[in-house]
Amino acid sequence: MNFLYAAYAATWIIHIVYLGTLVRRYQRLSREIDELKKK
Amino acid sequence: MSESARVPSSVPSGVTGATLAKDLRLEWRSKDALNSMLFFSLLVVVVFSFSFDPNAEESRQIAGGLVWVAFLFAAVVALNQTWARELRNHVLDAYRVSPAPANSLFMAKALGNFVFVVVLEVLMTPLFIMFYKLRALGPAWQLIPVAALGTWALVVNGTFFAAISLRTRSREIMLPLLLFPLSIPALLAMVNATTAILTGELSAKFWIVLLTTYDVVFTIACLLLFELVLNAE
Amino acid sequence: MKRVFPILGLLTAVLLSYALYEALVAAPTEQTMGNVQRIFYYHVPSAWTAFLLFFINFVCSIQYLVRPNPVADKLTNWTVIAIAIAACIAAFVIRPLPEGMEPSSVATTGLAIAGLYFLIKKCFSQTRTDALAVVTAEVGVVFCTVVLVTGPLWARPVWGIWWTWDVRLTSTLVLWLIYISYLMLRRFSTSGQTPVLAAALAVFGALDVPLVYFSIWIFRTQHPQPVIGGGGSIDPRMLHVLLINWLAFLFFAGLVCWSRYRLEILQREVEETQALEAMLEPGSRR
Repeated sequence: MNFLYAAYAATWIIHIVYLGTLVRRYQRLSREIDELKKK
Repeated sequence: MSESARVPSSVPSGVTGATLAKDLRLEWRSKDALNSMLFFSLLVVVVFSFSFDPNAEESRQIAGGLVWVAFLFAAVVALNQTWARELRNHVLDAYRVSPAPANSLFMAKALGNFVFVVVLEVLMTPLFIMFYKLRALGPAWQLIPVAALGTWALVVNGTFFAAISLRTRSREIMLPLLLFPLSIPALLAMVNATTAILTGELSAKFWIVLLTTYDVVFTIACLLLFELVLNAE
Repeated sequence: MKRVFPILGLLTAVLLSYALYEALVAAPTEQTMGNVQRIFYYHVPSAWTAFLLFFINFVCSIQYLVRPNPVADKLTNWTVIAIAIAACIAAFVIRPLPEGMEPSSVATTGLAIAGLYFLIKKCFSQTRTDALAVVTAEVGVVFCTVVLVTGPLWARPVWGIWWTWDVRLTSTLVLWLIYISYLMLRRFSTSGQTPVLAAALAVFGALDVPLVYFSIWIFRTQHPQPVIGGGGSIDPRMLHVLLINWLAFLFFAGLVCWSRYRLEILQREVEETQALEAMLEPGSRR
């Protein structure tokens, strides 16, 4: 039974971690865009 | 390069032969790569012998895998320096602008690597036989096509990916990273064919067919795509 | 465009929740395996999604390599059409079909492959095809990781082993390794022609997968191993839940790919602008 919940949890953890990296990259990119706009 | 100037560059075999001859001659004169690979292979055999000390029965089961892993590492060392010499003297740029077909260059490099790795295998095999007390229970002559096909499988893809790795950071590690996953079916075939021949329990025929298919498919793919890789700056 | 995204996001969240409910509660409990079998409803759709994404990457890679060359381009077009026609003919002519395949699905798959090829060709320019390739490779690796994690978690309680070298698991592992090496090449390449090199690698990978399949098949005929998740028919109620989960994950994958795609395009624009700025900078070397 524990394996079942572990599997479902693992699936979502993997997806959320990936989405987290996407968010971080977006943030870094918008910072760079702001810097470019300032110039 | 003066050899290729004398040979008509529109004749692919001419360029291939000339480049291959040049590579082999250069290597024979300096014996750079050969010496380092030789010593590396010896070290690998010795280290493996310390790690596993099986009796004759067990060794027949595992020798296939051990031998091919050792050959694989030796091949990677050889492949890594494939293009190094060309890079040092900007010879690669000269090849790019010459009318010689890219395939000829590739075949020359691949054949040169093949010769190097085969020489290594010939030198390492007696050591392995000695350390692991190996004796083939199956048809030993089949080991020759297995070795030839297997080595070509590693070398043809290895030469291609060595050219790709030229344009990456961490060049030396990039080659095995790219080569190993793709080589898995070939490695599986080589190891199992060797084990089958050594233990005499199973037939190596299917594996030899698989290796042949692998070699044909990837040789064609490399020849078709090498031009693109060569021209990528 | 921008307003569609939150709406789709909500729809996807609803679908995923519904699918989760179906998988955990509504689906019937399997006789022999018990509740652990429910992992199947996450494992299989993730696998199908990953394979679909990798296939799209393969199509993008082929197009990227072939489009600049008119002869190769035409040749590939006709090859794709030929494959579709062959699939349709084979579906109704080959009797009996391998287990689990229906004539209609074989024909549909053939037509879908051709449709996908020409759709990508029409809608994506050369650079955007490459962006799509990166996106599908990355998201495909994510889904493939899910498959490789849920697989052993299912295998362990049911069959007692974490891993076995069966055809499907091993092929999935090799595919995962190939695409990780693809992503590494993308990251570490210093060439201006990285897309070409990566596309070549993807083509090699695609050639490799059937060989992997074949090699493991030979291996297993010589060394029989435990079979994981054996074939056979599936309870229609379970099939229903499986398909619901697949639909939900497809929507989810679509949204993730879309976000990643927008990020990629934006990133490329920023890099171009930065490069231009560096060139036009008054003190810069020319």
